[in-house]
Amino acid sequence: MSEMSGAAALMAALEKEKVEYIFGLPGGANLPIYDALVDSKIRHILVRHEQSAAHMADGYARIKRKAGVCFATSGPGATNLVTGIATAYADSSPIIAVTGQVALPMIGKDAFQETDIIGVTNPCTKYAFQPRVASEIPEMVKKSFYIAESGRPGPVLLDIPKDVQQQVTKMDFPEYIKVRGYNPIVDADLSEINKACEMILKAEKPMIMAGGGVILSGAFSELQTLAELLSIPVVTTFKGKGAFPENHPLALGPIGMHGHAEANKMVQEADCILAIGARFSDRTVGRFDEFGKDINVIHFDVDPAEIGKNKSVNAAVIGDVKSSLRSLIKLIPKNFRTNEEMSKLWLGRKRELVNYYEDSIKDYSREITAKKALKKLREILPADGIVTTEVGQCQMWASLHFDVISPGTFFSSTGLGTMGFGFPASIGAKAARIDVPVVDIAGDGSFSMTENSLAVSVLEELPVIVFLLNNQMLGMVAQWQRTFYNRRYSGVHQKNCPDYCKLAESYGAQAHRVSSMDELDKALKVAVKSDIATVIDIPIDPDEDVYPFVAPGTGLKDMIIGA
Amino acid sequence: MQKNKNTIFDEDNENKMYILSVIVENKPGVLFRITNLFRSRNFNIESITVGITEKPDLSRMTITTVSDVKTLEQLVKQLQKLIDVIQINVLNKENAVYRELALIKMNAKDPTTRIEIANFATIYRGNIMDISNETITVEIIGTPDKIDAFKNLVSSYGIIQVARTGVSALPRGAVNDDL
Ligand SMILES: Cc1ncc(C[n+]2csc(CCOP(=O)(O)OP(=O)(O)O)c2C)c(N)n1
Ligand SMILES: [Mg+2]
Repeated sequence: MSEMSGAAALMAALEKEKVEYIFGLPGGANLPIYDALVDSKIRHILVRHEQSAAHMADGYARIKRKAGVCFATSGPGATNLVTGIATAYADSSPIIAVTGQVALPMIGKDAFQETDIIGVTNPCTKYAFQPRVASEIPEMVKKSFYIAESGRPGPVLLDIPKDVQQQVTKMDFPEYIKVRGYNPIVDADLSEINKACEMILKAEKPMIMAGGGVILSGAFSELQTLAELLSIPVVTTFKGKGAFPENHPLALGPIGMHGHAEANKMVQEADCILAIGARFSDRTVGRFDEFGKDINVIHFDVDPAEIGKNKSVNAAVIGDVKSSLRSLIKLIPKNFRTNEEMSKLWLGRKRELVNYYEDSIKDYSREITAKKALKKLREILPADGIVTTEVGQCQMWASLHFDVISPGTFFSSTGLGTMGFGFPASIGAKAARIDVPVVDIAGDGSFSMTENSLAVSVLEELPVIVFLLNNQMLGMVAQWQRTFYNRRYSGVHQKNCPDYCKLAESYGAQAHRVSSMDELDKALKVAVKSDIATVIDIPIDPDEDVYPFVAPGTGLKDMIIGA
Repeated sequence: MQKNKNTIFDEDNENKMYILSVIVENKPGVLFRITNLFRSRNFNIESITVGITEKPDLSRMTITTVSDVKTLEQLVKQLQKLIDVIQINVLNKENAVYRELALIKMNAKDPTTRIEIANFATIYRGNIMDISNETITVEIIGTPDKIDAFKNLVSSYGIIQVARTGVSALPRGAVNDDL
């Protein structure tokens, strides 16, 4: 046991957790922590806005599959984190947010920069700690990581009063901790797995619906083995996009509001749905009462509270989906169904639908369209390149037209739909995988929200590519106004401001404005090799809509495929 | 469902009264987390009581709710997700002893009224806690139904104030919390 300050203990405890990066910004209430940071081996990434720090930690976590860490001061620093914390919570991403707090005697006195950040973040954190004495810090840090990363992951807040940071005391760094009342590891019930297996084997047209849980638990090879053993097709939720290689013959792609038309169609033709690590969100299933009606629905999930929350199911396997899938695979007989049988049942139908929708979903006949640009990106980006997105049409086009080949290389703010998430998150992802190119498929509106992270990408040498689908519009909102409000545009024009190339250059980043597919091809080839942040400004038609579209409150059967 | 012992979820989808006996960490912020959960997930709560258990670091919360089985199941599961929740027992009228205490202050300006109310109180095994020239205050202990019945009985005198504790409950028989 050695004597040290609470702040030094925090840094030591973070080092014990093998933290590589801290994304943050200092202020009065976390000065002692920033002083301790000087002596730490952990690399600090200074952000220009705390929201981006939380998104960077989140992006790091999603690729590293380990908690990301962000720092902010009390009051406004802490409240600036909230959008980032809520985004991570909605997508079950493990981040540890460490906030400074006013000194204990000042708490409750409406002190300068005092905000009850534990209260503010309560609905969007998995747990929160506030040490009252410095000696609690090492154990709280360890518990924070344990809670954030285990079971269904999520954000944890550690709010440390300034005097506790400064207090010097004997510190004990526990090797083992136990959180009474928290049992994240549940062994799946074998009888439920058996029941699930029987339902799948006796179904004519079973189908897998893979959600974000597959990515969180890294169950990629298990999913692929299962699909191939059964020769059954795989749809994903949007969050589950890329849980299964999208160039695989059995892949149908994401379903939902802007899902692939053939996937939305075929999931309605299934007679048994095996949902793995998915939560039946309204965006995915359209209407809870219609989806999977009168057929067997099987649900694998780590979170018991997800079973039956939105959708009643016929079999439920609670536990880490990776190990549950392993148990299920053992029960599947070899050569369960021949490829020919399967082709008859599914693959022929898939081909038929793909062709049908290719003909009936209107293609824009411009030199550059979102679809063509995204196909080009796929052509040039290596399979292990990482892709994230902003929010809006850009995100939905990414879902529709960018195929993820290497599982786990795609993520997006799917639960909260946070504009401004993608760019900082891509920087976090780059920190996690420095050796591969990282791309943010962006819209102009979203990029404006966190564009100041260009400074971070340039100065910290974490180069990412902003693939900017620039329609000079809050395009998704404009599409809804076209569709549901009789083209009465309200508050959607961005008016070509700023000039994104000049903006990028002013930060010392590279910029390309492309006006042909050829120029896009060249710009991308330069960008993927570049060791400096790049913005590729791709002008597209402001009137381009995203189709297909399942309007809110309607079911997948009501999918619209064009105006 | 490790934390959940006496599960009583059946197929019945009618609204019924359930009593959740919830063992939680006895530390600051726990009550806030639980009540915030009710608010944010739209759960309807009739009453909630908190008090220390036989172990000083644990509190028992007794929550009564009128709901259908599906909502109850979600409520229990969401509560179980809270890290400060150690254990939940779902109790009902049959398998639990449950009691509430109420203090009821009534108008009682003339002596006959005071005597009548005192007689009612005796029938309900209540206690007179305070008498003034104008009022009488009675303590009633029992099930919520019994307290409601007493309130109805004396309502014609004019009830001035009511304070109810909410339900406290324990399972019947040799059930312990195995903590
Ligand atoms: C922080 C935030 N504010 C508002 C919205 C609502 N919203 C959803 S999509 C969208 C437009 C996004 O515009 P842009 O980034 O340019 O993408 P586009 O739809 O044009 O491709 C808006 C305003 C949101 N999702 N997030
Ligand atoms: Mg736009």
